[in-house]
Amino acid sequence: MAGKTLFDKVWDSHVVEKIDKGPNVLYIDRHLIHEVTSPVAFTGLERRGLKVLRPQQTVATADHNVPTTDQHLPIRDMLSRSQVDKLTENCKKHDITLYGLNHPYQGIVHVIGPELGLTQPGMTIVCGDSHTATHGAFGSVAFGIGTSEIEMVLASQCIMQPKPKKMRIIVDGNLKKGVTAKDIILYIISRISASGGTGYFIEYAGSAIRNLSMEGRMTVCNMSIECGARGGLIAPDEVTYNYLKGREFAPKDEDWDKAVEYWKSLNTDADTAFDLELRYDAADIEPMITFGTNPGMGMKIVDNIPDGSSLAENEKPSFFKSLQYMDIQPGTPMLGRKVDYVFVGSCTNGRIEDLRAFAGFVRGKKKAEDIVAWIVPGSKQVEKQAREEGLVAILEEAGFALRQPGCSACLAMNDDKVPEGKYAVSTSNRNFEGRQGPGSRTFLVSPLTAAAAALTGKITDPRDFL
Amino acid sequence: MPIEKFSTIISTCVPMPIENVDTDQIIPARFLKATSREGFGDNLFRDWRYDKNDQPKADFVLNNKTWTGTVLVAGKNFGSGSSREHAAWALYDYGFRVVVSSFFADIFKNNALNNGLLPVQVSDGFLSDLFKEVKADPALKVKVDLENQTITLMSSGKSENFDINPYKKTCMLKGYDDIDYLLSIKDNILHFEKNKMC
Repeated sequence: MAGKTLFDKVWDSHVVEKIDKGPNVLYIDRHLIHEVTSPVAFTGLERRGLKVLRPQQTVATADHNVPTTDQHLPIRDMLSRSQVDKLTENCKKHDITLYGLNHPYQGIVHVIGPELGLTQPGMTIVCGDSHTATHGAFGSVAFGIGTSEIEMVLASQCIMQPKPKKMRIIVDGNLKKGVTAKDIILYIISRISASGGTGYFIEYAGSAIRNLSMEGRMTVCNMSIECGARGGLIAPDEVTYNYLKGREFAPKDEDWDKAVEYWKSLNTDADTAFDLELRYDAADIEPMITFGTNPGMGMKIVDNIPDGSSLAENEKPSFFKSLQYMDIQPGTPMLGRKVDYVFVGSCTNGRIEDLRAFAGFVRGKKKAEDIVAWIVPGSKQVEKQAREEGLVAILEEAGFALRQPGCSACLAMNDDKVPEGKYAVSTSNRNFEGRQGPGSRTFLVSPLTAAAAALTGKITDPRDFL
Repeated sequence: MPIEKFSTIISTCVPMPIENVDTDQIIPARFLKATSREGFGDNLFRDWRYDKNDQPKADFVLNNKTWTGTVLVAGKNFGSGSSREHAAWALYDYGFRVVVSSFFADIFKNNALNNGLLPVQVSDGFLSDLFKEVKADPALKVKVDLENQTITLMSSGKSENFDINPYKKTCMLKGYDDIDYLLSIKDNILHFEKNKMC
C-alpha cells in the first residue's frame, strides 16, 4: 500500500464524512477570528437562531483594523471602532475568548496563535484570512476561509471542502549570506507564478527548510496563498517541539509527552507520490524583491526588471499594465531606485526574529532622512519582548520607533497608508495595486533588505552591509 | 444565508481582459469596515472605477455604457489574494451573477459559490474568442446553462462545457446552502468529536 503524505494524515483524520461527488466535511480543531471577516457570520448565525457549537475552540483578536499608535485611546475612525466593538459584543454574547486591544495577548491573528501555543501539529486550523497558512509551519492543516465558512464553523465546527491536490517543494542546500526565509518564498513564487499553486496544498521540505527556525518556517508557509495554494505545511520536528514547549496553551506534563509521540508520526511516508513535486537549490537563491503588482512578479535584487519579451502575447497587457502602475521601465535595474516608505511587520515578517534581524542590521547606523519607516510588532508579546531584549533602544538610537501591534500598512485599513505614487519597501506579503493605500506602490522584500533600504533611502543589496 | 436559486442566464457581457484580478481590486480593504453584507456593489472595483476625487474614470469598463449585463468576463486567475468574501458580495450586489475566466483562485471560487455567484471556468481559447466577439459586438449574448453545464455564444452557437462540483451544482440550482447540510448531520459531527477525543 502506498504511503501517506503529512497532509493526507492530518486531513484524513479530520474527515467527518465524504459527500458523494462532493466536498469532504472537515472537522476543525481551532478557529481564529478577527473583527473584519466575522461580523456577518455572527449575524447569519443569529438569523438562524443558532448558538456557537464549540465556543472554546474559537479564539478572537482585533488586528486588521486597529491603529498602531495610542491604542489606549478610543479608536478615532468610527467605522473601525464599530467593527472592533461588534467583535467584542459577539465574543461576549457567544462566550468566545477575545484578546482585544490592550490585552497582553493581542496581536495579528497568525502571530498570536503560534506564540500562545494555540497552534499545534496535526490540527486543522481555519481563519477568515488567507494567510492562515502560516500555522502550517507546525505541521497543521491550516487555511483561509470566507465568511460563509466562518458561519459554518461557528454553527457546526466543520466546513465543507474538496480535498486539494498535493504538491511538494523541496529546497536543499545551504542558504547564502543575506538570504532569508522570505527570499526562499519570494523565489519560489517568482518561479511558479501567482497562480502556480492553485488547487494544491504544498508541503515544504528539504534541508534548507529544515534548517529554518519556526519563525522562518512561518514566513515560508504564510505566503503559500501568494502562489495560489490554499496552504502550505512543514513536518514537525525538534525545532517545532522546542518552540511549543511551555507555551500558554501547549499541552503540559503527561499530555505533552503523549502529544509529542503523536506529532512524531506526522511526516510524509517514504513511498508517497505527490501530484507535483518541485526541487530548488538553496544556493541559487539570492535576496529577492518584487517589481510588479502580484507576488509572482519577483526577481533577484541584483537583476534588471524583465522586459516581458519571454511572455505569451495574452500575458503582455497585464504585465505592462503592472509596470505602468509601478511607473518603472522594463530592462532597468532595481538597485538604486529611490524609496519613500519602509514597512516592517505583518503576519509574514512581524515576529521577534524579524525585529531582531532588522535591529541587528541598523544597529549603530542611522535611518535615511527622507524615509518614513513604520516598524510594527506582530503582537503585544513581540512588542514586550523587543523592549526587554533592548531592540527598541537600538531602533530608537538609529532613528526608528516601534509602533503598536496590528496588521497596519500590510493592508492599510487603518491610518498607516502609503500615499499615492509613493514607493514602499515592505516585508509584508502583497504588492497588489493600492494594497498599502490608494495609489501606493509596493516592493516586497525580507527584513534585511528593508533595513538596507531604510538606511540608504534606496533599494540596496543587504549584502553590501554584511 | 440561503442563496438565490440559479436559473439559466442569457445576458450581454462586461469584458475585463485583465489577468490576476485580485480581491483587493474587486473591493479595496478600506471598504471592509461594514458589519453587514449589503451595499458593497457601490465600491466594486473602486480604484479602477473612480479617481481620487470620486469621479468615474471614463476608460474603465464599468463606466462605459457600451457593455452591460450580468456576466463579467475576466482574464486568467480571477479573485486571487485575500479571502475576503466581500469580493463575492460586491460582485453580486452590483448585479453580476456569473464570472467567466480561464482560471479562478480557490478561495474566491468557494466564496462565489456560497453566494449564488457562478464561476464559469472556460479554456484559454474560448475566453480569448469571447473577448474578441464581445469587443466587436457589445450586444452579443451568452447563455449560461448550469443544469447542462454549458456556456454558449448566442451569435455563433459556439459552446463549451464547464466543470462544477455536483454537490455545489445542486446547491446553486436549488438554493441550498452548506449550513443547512451541516446542521442536518449534526449527530455525525458529535459522534466524530466523541471518538476523536478518545
